[in-house]
Amino acid sequence: MDHGFVPIPARPAPTRVSGRLAWLRHNLFASIPNAVATLLLLALLGWLASKGVRWGLLQAVFVPDADRCQAARGIGACWGVVVEKGTFILLGRYPQAQLWRPLVATLSLLVPVLASCSTRCWRPWLALLWALGLGLFFALMAGGTLGLSKVPTDQWGGLPLTILLSVVSMGLAFPIAVLVALGRRSTMPAIRSLCIVYIELIRGVPLISVLFMASFMLPLFMPVGKSPDVLIRVIVGITLFAAAYMAEIVRAGLQTIGNGQAEAAASIGLRWWQAQRKVILPQALAAVVPSIMNNFIALFKDTSLVTIVSLYELTGALSLALGSDPNWRPFKIEAYLFIAAIYFSCCFAMSRYSLGVERRLRRSKAR
Amino acid sequence: MTEPVIRFERVNKWYGDAFHVLRDIDLSVCAGERIVICGPSGSGKSTLVRCINALEDYQEGKLTVAGLVLGDNVKAIEAVRRQVGMVFQQFNLFPHLTVLENLILAPTWVAGLPRKEAIERAMAQLERVRIPEQANKYPLQLSGGQQQRVAIARALCLTPKIMVFDEPTSALDPEMIKEVLDVMIELAGQGITMLCVTHEMGFARSVADRIVFMDEGQVVEASDPAQFFHEPRTERGRAFLASILNH
Repeated sequence: MDHGFVPIPARPAPTRVSGRLAWLRHNLFASIPNAVATLLLLALLGWLASKGVRWGLLQAVFVPDADRCQAARGIGACWGVVVEKGTFILLGRYPQAQLWRPLVATLSLLVPVLASCSTRCWRPWLALLWALGLGLFFALMAGGTLGLSKVPTDQWGGLPLTILLSVVSMGLAFPIAVLVALGRRSTMPAIRSLCIVYIELIRGVPLISVLFMASFMLPLFMPVGKSPDVLIRVIVGITLFAAAYMAEIVRAGLQTIGNGQAEAAASIGLRWWQAQRKVILPQALAAVVPSIMNNFIALFKDTSLVTIVSLYELTGALSLALGSDPNWRPFKIEAYLFIAAIYFSCCFAMSRYSLGVERRLRRSKAR
Repeated sequence: MTEPVIRFERVNKWYGDAFHVLRDIDLSVCAGERIVICGPSGSGKSTLVRCINALEDYQEGKLTVAGLVLGDNVKAIEAVRRQVGMVFQQFNLFPHLTVLENLILAPTWVAGLPRKEAIERAMAQLERVRIPEQANKYPLQLSGGQQQRVAIARALCLTPKIMVFDEPTSALDPEMIKEVLDVMIELAGQGITMLCVTHEMGFARSVADRIVFMDEGQVVEASDPAQFFHEPRTERGRAFLASILNH
């Protein structure tokens, strides 16, 4: 006898006990040892928090008064140091009367950076925006035009310098890295070996030594007075350094793409460059977004190493500001917390942005 | 007799130094002819059809496709690829692009069509494989059979003279094989030159003008289906048929 197939109607999943109380009981007070551990940790956290609040807020000195800070030492924080030295930390040794210039310059550099974060702005005019932003930055910082006084690059410093070094070296390192990664997989032996030698050489030395070479050794090989500005040499050094690392990340991404994609691209008539651009790279780069952002974040903080070649970016400007002033030198911790907060907010923003990019790219993987 | 659109003349290919994968291949395919290539695995079927759009090179002999000799000439390879559509076993759709974007990629970038025209053409091909409603989905959101039909539509978007299928149904669930074969049978009725590597003997019997049976890198026999299925000319062909038909 034929019993026709009757599908069982779908039922909703059994309801789970939810709500804050149930969650608390399940995760924090499931058993007696569990509850004891929870209470102990809560007590510890409360004690630390109260210490922190007392030191950082209640007993802290907020006015730039070195004597009062001295009196509060060990009991409360001295945020007065930030009020007193903040401008110097943020803008370095730039001439006091011209401080509006680094401010406006930094903003004009941030405009194209922020615009590039949204794919809606990836239009031809974005290139123009970059040219304008960079042009305005250098014009304002260096002066010598528009009736602005000349300021040599060794007086640039603080946050504008940190941002310039990061943005320019990231922007240049990324395309170089893509080319080097493609080159390393090339079937042409000369190109492949060249890329391997470049990657291995650069990865084999610390960034500090690259910076030293860029700033002290390079001029020895150049005709006197012909060597490019130290800032340019340092940017080139950081860029080449970052590109070598990033090339390996991009290559890892390329390796996740099966041969079938390249074959399919070839079979519909795409040329090699077209296939890389439209088919292979979008997928390869999407696969390594977290690693690329990891590298960007590391690079952003590595810019602090340029201090050793006498460029005083954020960290360098801080040592410069406090090192020469015995009244404020004891309050380094507070000043370092201040720039740590700046570094952290930038890195956190980059990290959140990369999560957003990942989420957008995941759309095509959803079934 | 029309001039053949594909002509293998004593083509030989090796993988590395030792593996002689194609041996003295002589094969001519006329315009509009429908060829099914079968044979045991490792017999060189896929390699043979992949040579047709230069996904594989060869070391000896001469392969002419659409009047162009395939060799080191990059321009010739590009010209041939525009006239040969290829469908792969694993579909090889571009997962980061929607179905429609997959289809308009070649028309806009290779043929230089304006976007609007490319979309019209793509939609026409999607109608042809009966899934226009999936145009804005991503490939991984479709079933295997739907993905393979998109792949066929993508290959058709450059209006190729020749369509090459490399085991198009081997990666599909049994229930999806039919929807892909139906599309292929319809194509076969429209006068396009077709080469198809497949184990679907029912399809071969009903559609093929000629069956090319390969083993050990050689064309063992090339006969019309009536003869091949009824009375293969070679002992090897008989043994192969016995092994696939009686299970």
